[in-house]
Amino acid sequence: MEWITLTIDGRTVTVPKGTTVLEACRMNDIKIPTLCHDPELTPAGSCRLCVVEIEGMRNLPPSCVTQATQGMVVSTHNKKVREARKTILELLVANHPLDCMTCQKMGDCSLAEYAYEYEVTGSVFQGEKRQLPLDDSNPFILRDPNKCILCGKCVRVCEEIQGKSVLDFSFRGFNTQVGPAFNVPYSESECVFCGSCVAVCPVGALTEKEMKGKGRPWEVEKVQTTCPFCGTGCNFDLNVKDGKVIGVTSNPEAPVNGRHLCVKGRFGIDMVHSPNRITEPLIKKDGEFVPASWDEALDLVASKLGAAKDNYGADAIAILSSARCTNEENFLMQKLARAVIGTNNIDHCART
Amino acid sequence: MAGLATTFGSGAMTNSINEIPYSKVLFVIGSNATEAHPIIGTKMKQALARGAKLVVADPRKIELAEKADLWLRLRPGTDIPLINGIMNIILANGWEDKAFIAERTEEFEKFKENIQKFPPEVVSKITGVPVEQMVEAARIYATAERAQIFYTLGITEHTHGTDNVMTLANLAMLTGNVGKENSGVNPLRGQNNVQGACDMGALPNVYPGYQNVTSAAARVKFEEAWGRPLNEKLGYTIPDMFDAAVKKELKAMYIMGEDPVLTDADANHVRHALESLDFLVVQDIFMSETAKLADVILPGASFAEKTGTFTNTERRVQMVNKAIEPIGNSKADWEIICAVANRLGGAFTYESPEAVMKEVAALTPQYGGITYARLGNKGLQWPVPTAEHPGTKFLHEGKFSRGKGLFMVIDYKLPDELPDEEYPLLLSSGRKLQHYNVMTRNSKALDAHAPEELAEINPEDAKRLGIEDGERVKVASRRGELETKVKVTDRVLPGMLWMTLHYKESPTNVLTNAAYDPITKTYEYKVCGVKVSKLG
Ligand code: SF4
Ligand code: SF4
Ligand code: SF4
Ligand code: SF4
Repeated sequence: MEWITLTIDGRTVTVPKGTTVLEACRMNDIKIPTLCHDPELTPAGSCRLCVVEIEGMRNLPPSCVTQATQGMVVSTHNKKVREARKTILELLVANHPLDCMTCQKMGDCSLAEYAYEYEVTGSVFQGEKRQLPLDDSNPFILRDPNKCILCGKCVRVCEEIQGKSVLDFSFRGFNTQVGPAFNVPYSESECVFCGSCVAVCPVGALTEKEMKGKGRPWEVEKVQTTCPFCGTGCNFDLNVKDGKVIGVTSNPEAPVNGRHLCVKGRFGIDMVHSPNRITEPLIKKDGEFVPASWDEALDLVASKLGAAKDNYGADAIAILSSARCTNEENFLMQKLARAVIGTNNIDHCART
Repeated sequence: MAGLATTFGSGAMTNSINEIPYSKVLFVIGSNATEAHPIIGTKMKQALARGAKLVVADPRKIELAEKADLWLRLRPGTDIPLINGIMNIILANGWEDKAFIAERTEEFEKFKENIQKFPPEVVSKITGVPVEQMVEAARIYATAERAQIFYTLGITEHTHGTDNVMTLANLAMLTGNVGKENSGVNPLRGQNNVQGACDMGALPNVYPGYQNVTSAAARVKFEEAWGRPLNEKLGYTIPDMFDAAVKKELKAMYIMGEDPVLTDADANHVRHALESLDFLVVQDIFMSETAKLADVILPGASFAEKTGTFTNTERRVQMVNKAIEPIGNSKADWEIICAVANRLGGAFTYESPEAVMKEVAALTPQYGGITYARLGNKGLQWPVPTAEHPGTKFLHEGKFSRGKGLFMVIDYKLPDELPDEEYPLLLSSGRKLQHYNVMTRNSKALDAHAPEELAEINPEDAKRLGIEDGERVKVASRRGELETKVKVTDRVLPGMLWMTLHYKESPTNVLTNAAYDPITKTYEYKVCGVKVSKLG
């Protein structure tokens, strides 16, 4: 591999050839704000928040689409750069509804975070605010076009990762919107509700409908786990508040799937708290199920299984284990069959 | 997965999911990956965007079929003649990998002789696939530097499912497409931990790690570990269990987390079998159709309420981490099993699932080096024989698990039940994107999105029967009948009806055939004869 040495903020750094200035900074823990950049997607270079100053270049180039070259001298946080970024943010905020107090994204919003960092006041430009209707036509995704900053990440993720190309830019100028092509509601598009667009949206324009009002990012504990809905084995974070699972968010560390999930994994987890859950042991008496204590239920199970074994032998008992339960549980079930009851009558459903 | 175990020595997916986007050729047969394994489906589409070639063999016009370079729309149940025909073409053109065959396989000559019985013209008549398309498929697959095969239920849910799988293994060996990165035979397993349940020996013929219960050495190993003599007799498979229950030879059953009344073929037979038992205990999180028949129901916990591991289709063992306490008075399933075992005289004194994994690792060679600490947030792909072993990305590098790859002679068998005059339509069943068997019906959001069965029927048949899109109809087979809404679409061939397994309001399995594959005992969900008629 060919290596390149350049100077960033007075530090000499060495990176592989083909690295962008943005990547070179991030490899070396130098923070650069971005809104439209995503390491998994093709670079757009459109938000220009990642501008830096490079000796010998007249304008401030966006670092995400500028290749690092030998001997380059880069300045990432001088006054000129910071002023340029601040102006971009002021422009974005000028026509942005400042609903942070009630916005589901608050605490996890890139725009709010950068506005704070760059001391954006919102009073520099007097912009016209948009008054577009929300799209809540489907059970999964809530789209607020007024909060959209037109970064285009959702468009790219849908096309490049999901292979769907549901989303696009519509209209022009001040009226530009990003959403399902031809500006139809999500429910009328070809969307498969994988939610990858929600996962990459840097602001509150796309959020999980089910999580609305259920908890703020800083109140939520995230627990990485493995999806129970198919053999792909995606990982994600369960979002837990007050002992309840309020939803699912992507975990970029997930080894199989990264941030991407399907509709089941991302939006099907409310089944955990379904009112249909069985929450206590039940014993059938005269054809009706009657609640029982654990001791009562377990004693009955043990005495019936014990009696079947005593009267008819161990092979008169069979166990169906479960392809949905854990390895540990399946191991224990077959051990129960073989080493306790004394039979190999153990199997599990759907031998696929 | 007996098919792959016979030919290669291991029944698991040979390669890894994250190799898919970098594949050169994908041959997808009987696998609606974009719906049944959505993330795998998206990775296939990413490979296409990078210039990979895709060949799809499927009777239904699925999304991948529409995106494919070549779509072989075969008649349902004709996978074996199709693949044998393709191999006939490969041999006729000298596209086979002679070095690979000589060094790494055995029984090639017998296999080759059998393939001569499948000339493309004859195969075309059986499968409905034009000869030119078969030649093109053979060329794309056999002349690629690296090619991968993917299949799922479509291939295994036939009475001759094992043969289907071995036919695909033959194809891979014939062209040397196995044992390398981006090159292999990949069963996409349906349920989240079906791989793990098999690995753990929740099967009537093997202990954990596929150690045979009929092998004296294996039995002695487990007898020593567990300190008691073990039964030498093979156990019942699921269909055997239900037959034995009807015959009153089986008296009691303990069913955990499964709903055979809804998901197994010939639901009326299953219901009758369970009702014939003296005692049935069901452990589940929802009141399933099976649980309703129980004498005792033990409330288990969902995956969010317990710690443990799942093993995915690419053999990756991953952590399931407890996020909340079990709901109400329910309990983690591992605790319930221990409580039952201890009341029956066992000594299940595990203080945590981690302690169980220690025993798993000690007794299961593929899991030998696995500990929770090592699994971390990335998991490990088995085999992981030792504490230092990094896990295995793809199998059979340089050598098959069984030594040499075994070519099998596979003949064509007709499906057990074909449409006839009385039941003229061919019913086939599968999964749709929004649901995962039956559990997801309990997600309010998902159920609102896909609330009911929509049986798919071709416009030709709909017209002949005078049925409109969205109309409710009666569907009957030799075994039972149900009512369902229909969707008129050319996704299915004329003469076909396609339904899912997700809806208890339209329980597809009252219709399906309980004939099963003689080796894996997988039911023939995919094919049976039905008739459709207008209501009242
Ligand atoms: S999207 Fe961000 S900046 Fe806009 S209202 Fe929500 S939190 Fe505030
Ligand atoms: S949910 Fe998925 S398919 Fe739908 S628009 Fe977003 S990225 Fe595209
Ligand atoms: S919806 Fe979100 S991701 Fe899409 S363009 Fe707007 S701000 Fe960017
Ligand atoms: S998120 Fe979807 S693709 Fe991933 S494991 Fe869950 S069900 Fe399968």
